[in-house]
Amino acid sequence: MQLRNIKGRVGLATCSLLQIAAPLAQAEGSDWDIDTAFLYYGESDGRVQAAEPAIYAGRNFGDDDRIDLRLVVDVLTGATPNGAHASTVPQTFTTPSGSGSYTTPAGETPLDESFHDTRVAAGADWTISLDRLSKLILGINVSSEYDYISAGISTTYTRDFNNRNTTLTAGVAFNNDTINPVGGVPIEFAPMVQQDLPLNRNGSSETKTISDFIIGVTQIVNRKTIIQLNYTFGMTDGYQNDPYKIVTVVDPVTGLPTLPTMAATGDLPYVYEKRPDSRQRNALFFNSAHHLTEDVIHFSYRYFWDDWGITSHTLDLRYRYQLANSYLMPHVRYYSQDAADFYTHNLKLGTDIDAATGTVSKQYASNDYRLAKSVTTTLGLKYGIPLSNNSEISMRGEFIQQAISNDGVPAGEETPDLDAVVLQLNYSLAW
Amino acid sequence: MKTILLLTIVTLLGGCSSMGVDPWERDLLAKDSMQLVPDYFDNFYDEHIYFSKEASSGGRGVGGGGCGCN
Repeated sequence: MQLRNIKGRVGLATCSLLQIAAPLAQAEGSDWDIDTAFLYYGESDGRVQAAEPAIYAGRNFGDDDRIDLRLVVDVLTGATPNGAHASTVPQTFTTPSGSGSYTTPAGETPLDESFHDTRVAAGADWTISLDRLSKLILGINVSSEYDYISAGISTTYTRDFNNRNTTLTAGVAFNNDTINPVGGVPIEFAPMVQQDLPLNRNGSSETKTISDFIIGVTQIVNRKTIIQLNYTFGMTDGYQNDPYKIVTVVDPVTGLPTLPTMAATGDLPYVYEKRPDSRQRNALFFNSAHHLTEDVIHFSYRYFWDDWGITSHTLDLRYRYQLANSYLMPHVRYYSQDAADFYTHNLKLGTDIDAATGTVSKQYASNDYRLAKSVTTTLGLKYGIPLSNNSEISMRGEFIQQAISNDGVPAGEETPDLDAVVLQLNYSLAW
Repeated sequence: MKTILLLTIVTLLGGCSSMGVDPWERDLLAKDSMQLVPDYFDNFYDEHIYFSKEASSGGRGVGGGGCGCN
């Protein structure tokens, strides 16, 4: 069974984290709600595979106060695009550590095969009932992976109005993240070099701070409908490059990867990407649940925009089809985004990068497919069945297809679609 | 688009006082299946997956934390 009291604050959970135990009061006659889940996420063509077990525990104590705890382990393997685009010739790259190399055949998108990581994340939320109509939620999150550490705190205030038919929400969160890239922090726009040569690196770690704010209203419309509208604003300051992503430098005539200094210095025709060190994000989010005779429709829409030039639309529809003693829930999600202003397929020698000095004239550049114009479509189906009065098991499968726009990209250099499958098992227990 | 959304907000806020139910009409709204987040872990995993594959984030709440997400 989906334990109701945890779900109101699920919105607080996003990427997740490592936790520090929140203050635990002496329990007073309340039971624990326990949810466990296992996720398998697999991308096609030997790309990222993830296994992600998670556990959640929550209980009430005192006068309507509550504690919620979560712990997630994320084991990742597989290959991830390194930012260079496919070419009509084979391409050789150096691994992030500088001690190895790999060659991508002609016509294939270059993937770094050395990607593997284990991430442990935990979080805790402490809900404090301030009075009959208002409450405060204090949250803490920490996560640790091989090259990345994140720590954050948050607080959210909610107050009911209008005979508890309207709830206003205001919240703020701060995060401090540190990245320790394998091999050190690449110098922006410096070339990748051949294996075992001195790397173009500067320092071993970088940081960024993330501040997020939310205001929102939840409104009961009538006996069968509830809606929610949120506005979130976020600021990220500090290092926002992907230290493992490069951009191909090409000859404007032949279109082949090239750099004049290649033969003399051992440079490879790829430079490390560079993104702005500040970003402001906005999202307007509408959410709703509507009860039919027995079934329930969940619909949400998000409009997102930021100062990197990215705008996106996200539509999400879930239909809970009630069976005699179980339910089916088909799911459709559609996501469409425009490219970041500095997203570029490559850098052209002589125009984007000086042929003699190697100086890049662009302020920023990245060929990270996640910053490209793209459309993601998801189709899924979930089945849930109660096992007893206090437990439920559910499972779902989803197919995700992400199509990257190849407008203006020469033949043979296209970014292929990404296909992924999600398999998930949930078990919930109240005891 | 932004203007339309802002107008929608204002309209909804203005209409809030005329919406709602009495306490004895909350039978359906009180069901687990009517929660605005249908499932804790479905939402949790979805937020994580799409955060690592798309350039957008936010909207549902704040305070989720961070990840390298290569």
